[in-house]
Amino acid sequence: MSEERRIHIEVPVLARVEGEGALHLRIEDGRIEHLQLRIFEPPRFFEKFLEGRAWHEVPDVVARICGICPVAYQMSAVQALEDIFAITPDPWVRAMRRVMYCGEWIQSHALHIHLLALPDFFGCNSVVELARDHAGEVRRGFRLQALGNDLIALFGGRSVHPVGVRVGGFHRAPDAERIAELLPRLEAGVAEAADLVRWCAGIAMPDDQQEFVSVALRAEDEYAMGEGRVVSSTGLDLARQDYDSHFSESHIAHSTALYSHLDGQPYLVGPLARLNLNHAQLPDSTRALLQASGLQLPSRNMFHSLLARALEIHLALVEAVRLLSAPPAFESAYQPASPRAGIGYGATEAPRGLLWHRYETAADGSIVSARIVPPTSQNQARMEEDLKQSLEAFGLDQHEDAIRLRGETVIRNYDPCISCATHFLRLGIEREPQ
Amino acid sequence: MTTRPKVAVHKFSSCDGCQLAFLNAGEALLALPELLDIVHFAEAGMLDPDAPVDIAFVEGSVYTPEDVDRIRRIRASSRYLISIGACATSGGIQALRNLGDTRDWVGAIYARPEYIQTLDQSRAIAEEVKVDLELWGCPVTTAQVVAAIRALLYGVAPVKNRDKVCMDCKRNQTVCTLVAKGEPCLGPVTGTGCGAICPAFGRDCYGCFGPAENPNTGALAQCFQGLGLLPVDIARRFLFISNDAPAFAAEGKKWREEA
Repeated sequence: MSEERRIHIEVPVLARVEGEGALHLRIEDGRIEHLQLRIFEPPRFFEKFLEGRAWHEVPDVVARICGICPVAYQMSAVQALEDIFAITPDPWVRAMRRVMYCGEWIQSHALHIHLLALPDFFGCNSVVELARDHAGEVRRGFRLQALGNDLIALFGGRSVHPVGVRVGGFHRAPDAERIAELLPRLEAGVAEAADLVRWCAGIAMPDDQQEFVSVALRAEDEYAMGEGRVVSSTGLDLARQDYDSHFSESHIAHSTALYSHLDGQPYLVGPLARLNLNHAQLPDSTRALLQASGLQLPSRNMFHSLLARALEIHLALVEAVRLLSAPPAFESAYQPASPRAGIGYGATEAPRGLLWHRYETAADGSIVSARIVPPTSQNQARMEEDLKQSLEAFGLDQHEDAIRLRGETVIRNYDPCISCATHFLRLGIEREPQ
Repeated sequence: MTTRPKVAVHKFSSCDGCQLAFLNAGEALLALPELLDIVHFAEAGMLDPDAPVDIAFVEGSVYTPEDVDRIRRIRASSRYLISIGACATSGGIQALRNLGDTRDWVGAIYARPEYIQTLDQSRAIAEEVKVDLELWGCPVTTAQVVAAIRALLYGVAPVKNRDKVCMDCKRNQTVCTLVAKGEPCLGPVTGTGCGAICPAFGRDCYGCFGPAENPNTGALAQCFQGLGLLPVDIARRFLFISNDAPAFAAEGKKWREEA
């Protein structure tokens, strides 16, 4: 007699993506017949809140989409509006925005590695448990996280919903004394990040090879962060304005997140996709760490995402030190904007991956319409595909607790905005005789 | 031996930014378990949402039918309930939907609106259950949260400070954005706690810490009119992060009707 196992993995609390979520698995004859990662995200209607808002209010609105990556939302938004208002940020603004963005990558990745991901690999439930055996490593992680937060606050007054970014530049430039105070800590942070990379490289990871398409921005002369063209491992190379010609979003019954596809196929965005596509543009010292880690790129193993994040923390610190040590000259912290009607596009690399915005403005610069495609909806189809493959490879005859933990760990590789919640996958099995 | 108070951190509809007041606390995050028994905090990995607790921190607004049931259960199992952040204290920025027709919005964003289940409104926690302390801010700071915990550990009522942002600008010797620059600064009616960072950055406060005590919104709105703002602009100033906080909602709606 064959037996059907119906496994529900529930995700009751989601970061920014709140409410009930569940993983539905139907296993028949040792294979996954059906898999759905359900995400229930009560729509917060940001795209509608933006309609009718003044252009200068947009950075403060979109920050509220995500408390963990508000800078990313602000950066994509101002890029799109500057596009419309024909503002080209001067070299100082470009450099300092990159530094601020580095701060967000550092804090978000450090938080994810230490508080969300690593406990899985040490058999712990939380960072507090992890700190009992690895106090030094956890404290180092907290120092890096704090450094990232302090970098954001340097330009924005606070790390969550910072207030310094405006269309055309920054509301004010940071004080030279504060930069001078921060620089030695950033330099010490580079060495600590190198230790973090070596530590992460030594943590045993499952070997789970899968085929997938990587998508990221690519800049001409640097590891892309705040600007670039949309490229893929299949050879796609698009201006951000042309994103719609290959990427599409659809709405599926079991989830309130929209699903994105590239020419109809799932794809990956985020640290591993970026590293796969842009590792040749890493600074020399980061590339040396990459080579010493033994990681072969492009990687087909999503469990390498942890190491990719550690490497990106190192990159971000190296870049912050470089740019703050010798910033370009500037006269004003921002260029004034001359609002006008138009359509503009923003694309930057949030810590979790490509974040794409499109705005249409009226003649006074107020917002007529807005569209925002966050990284989590871009990764959603890939996450489901990954879960199916990796759970089958893991072995469906395993105990349900083991299947649940592997499912959680796989989901956390993507650091989705639901990752906090996925600490929380609850497994219930219904057995129904056929 | 004293028993450590049991604590839970719950999330409702929000951006997660206020939970970062805990998660960004660094060393203090490791020290907290010596003082408190954190039994539920999903983002940090502690899971027991239904456990009885001495203190429950609640982030986010009530947004779905399930949320209503959940906050009632949390209230029933908590001795002291603290709402943290603009979403929990006033419905948050997503309370802007309370001013619009949600059904139309669902149709505009989602191809299959029938899959989307929400309440008509985004509501503050205190509209559903009794709240013992509100910590305002978008986001709240680690200092606010730690001060509340410290006070409760000492068995005293936490201090409620709803002074105005202006007080902090004076202490910081920040040049007044309203008077000196003619910017429509909400500092004179907004509660302190942020450190008056917007004026320090040379820009006008946008009210993310919600109304101060005794906010004279009417006088400030007239002042904005004197600066040349149209009624629609004045309405938008008040109907923003804390749009459903009563003082801001009343002033904003008044000017919206004039627009």
